[in-house]
Amino acid sequence: MNTTAMNAGSTKTATPLNTFAWLLKREYWEYRGGFLWTPAIVAIAFLALFLIVLATAELAAKQHGINVNGIQLDMLTQNLSPENVAKLNAGMDIALLTIGFPIGIALFFVVFFYLLGSLYNDRSDRSVLFWKSLPISDSQTVLAKVVAACVIAPVLAALAMIALQLGFLVLMTLFAAVNGVNAISVLWSPLRLIRLWLMMALLIPINALWALPTIGWLLLCSSFVRSKPFLWAVLLPVIVGVIVSSAKLMQDMALPSAWFWKHVVGRILFSVLPGSWMDQSMFKALEHMDSGRSDLLSPVLSLDTIQVLMVSPELWIGAAAGAAMIAAAIYFRRRRTEAYA
Amino acid sequence: MSTEVMGTVVQATGLSKRYGTTIALDNVNLDIQAGRIVGLVGPNGAGKTTALKAILGLTEFDGGLTVLGMDPRSQRYELMQQVCFIADVAVLPRWLRVNEAVDFVGGVHPRFSREKCQAFLARTKIKPTSRVRELSKGMIAQLHLALVMAIDAKLLVLDEPTLGLDILYRKEFYQSLLNDYFDEQKTILVTTHQIEEIEHILTDLIFIREGRIVLDATMDQVAERFVEVMVNPDKADATRALKPLYERQIFGKSIFLFDGVDRTRLAELGELHKPSVADLFVATMKGTYA
Repeated sequence: MNTTAMNAGSTKTATPLNTFAWLLKREYWEYRGGFLWTPAIVAIAFLALFLIVLATAELAAKQHGINVNGIQLDMLTQNLSPENVAKLNAGMDIALLTIGFPIGIALFFVVFFYLLGSLYNDRSDRSVLFWKSLPISDSQTVLAKVVAACVIAPVLAALAMIALQLGFLVLMTLFAAVNGVNAISVLWSPLRLIRLWLMMALLIPINALWALPTIGWLLLCSSFVRSKPFLWAVLLPVIVGVIVSSAKLMQDMALPSAWFWKHVVGRILFSVLPGSWMDQSMFKALEHMDSGRSDLLSPVLSLDTIQVLMVSPELWIGAAAGAAMIAAAIYFRRRRTEAYA
Repeated sequence: MSTEVMGTVVQATGLSKRYGTTIALDNVNLDIQAGRIVGLVGPNGAGKTTALKAILGLTEFDGGLTVLGMDPRSQRYELMQQVCFIADVAVLPRWLRVNEAVDFVGGVHPRFSREKCQAFLARTKIKPTSRVRELSKGMIAQLHLALVMAIDAKLLVLDEPTLGLDILYRKEFYQSLLNDYFDEQKTILVTTHQIEEIEHILTDLIFIREGRIVLDATMDQVAERFVEVMVNPDKADATRALKPLYERQIFGKSIFLFDGVDRTRLAELGELHKPSVADLFVATMKGTYA
């Protein structure tokens, strides 16, 4: 039969890895607006805002005849002690990270609603029946969504942050130059920028590990509920929290109910906020900090902070709970194809 | 593998499924052979979709069911390399672009031919850069069919693939399926309410009612077993005595439908006709909604 010859011709290899790459591409296609355009637009909006602020400041300065002319910042830095240089650098790092913060907030909302809809929307519009007609396993489907939330979205957000930081530095340099100040050596230290970006890259897997409980919970709700995933995902932990608080269960276990809110409800809903692990680790790290190590990066974001986090039980217990909820999401993905719109 | 497994595409023994207290499938036995086009026909709520879902591994069930020798629940991933389905009209994701759909299916399906798919699409007015949401319902069905027909699958399952499409799209849909897709290596299992439009392409007919199979025959067997006779009022009572399946009146004459009654005997009573599948359906399903 010539059909066998045609079969041989049309048969290609679709390895699991290949399929996974296509699944990631599909997530990107579907959520390009959230993953790419949202951080890009936030970055552009903030640059526009800076420009307006700087232009207004410049105009105001001109009108009032104020002139900062003559101060050479690079001369200034040359006269600084190494300790002060380190402080200045740390200050710059904090400034650069802080201006990226709105993108982090945007990333939180994008990833939160992405995960919540990712295994629900296709059930409610019935397109799940198309995806299920293809040779793709349910584990591959769900894990692709985990990777999209942990890697694709944060990497694109980090790139937007870097673009925003560079844009900010350019604006500051130009502003200084207009006022006759050469700020290049202060603002543009390639070594420091690269170190900052490496730190941002390092934070992506750490944030992902920390975010697993939220990722797992949202995927579980998304694959399990038949309607209103948002209400389920948010109200259920909050109601449990209220019950726990009012029943004083925690007090009996010698734990304040605030513990439950912070370590269960908080972790389940807000861990996808980038750097949300920092509060506790940061202060613990600060306590242990000796002055000689302040040059590492900034005190907020030192390797010490990350070290403290990496050995904390909160991280690993949360990650295990997240992995278990992801497994449950795969289980329900296998069995549920219906949802009410 | 034995030749039996090679030839049998779907085998169900005692297949049952209940939703709470409702019985959707009641001890169903099925044996669908390769190279057939099988119409699964039944009224709303008869269990058609449940049966198809069980075959496609989309639902749990009791009893035995193998599809291409595989268990659709535990071997779903392997099964979907050989089985394709269109579960309904317009289940393609609305955000997807036509060229993305072709790329994606080509990327994940080992038996998909991009060239074939492009050739099918070239015959339509579908633009490669359009999103599914911009296409008409008929065009979405065309796109889905192009994607599915480009996959060299052993079994194609179609659940109401033309519901809500106009007659031009419907005709074209089944025309393409028959001319450009079907061959003796393939099996098609289709459910539809527009039964009169597909009866000429079917090789096998299965009627399902309240979760039970009430007819399972080849079209040749159907033509042999069932006959309609049109009689004048004076012979109506004599005809009724032969226990017809169904009776209806037209232009003052009575038409009786018989199952397996001697034709020479009936010919004496009136004019014999081959019943349409639709008439057969109505006769078999009478009282369903009563």
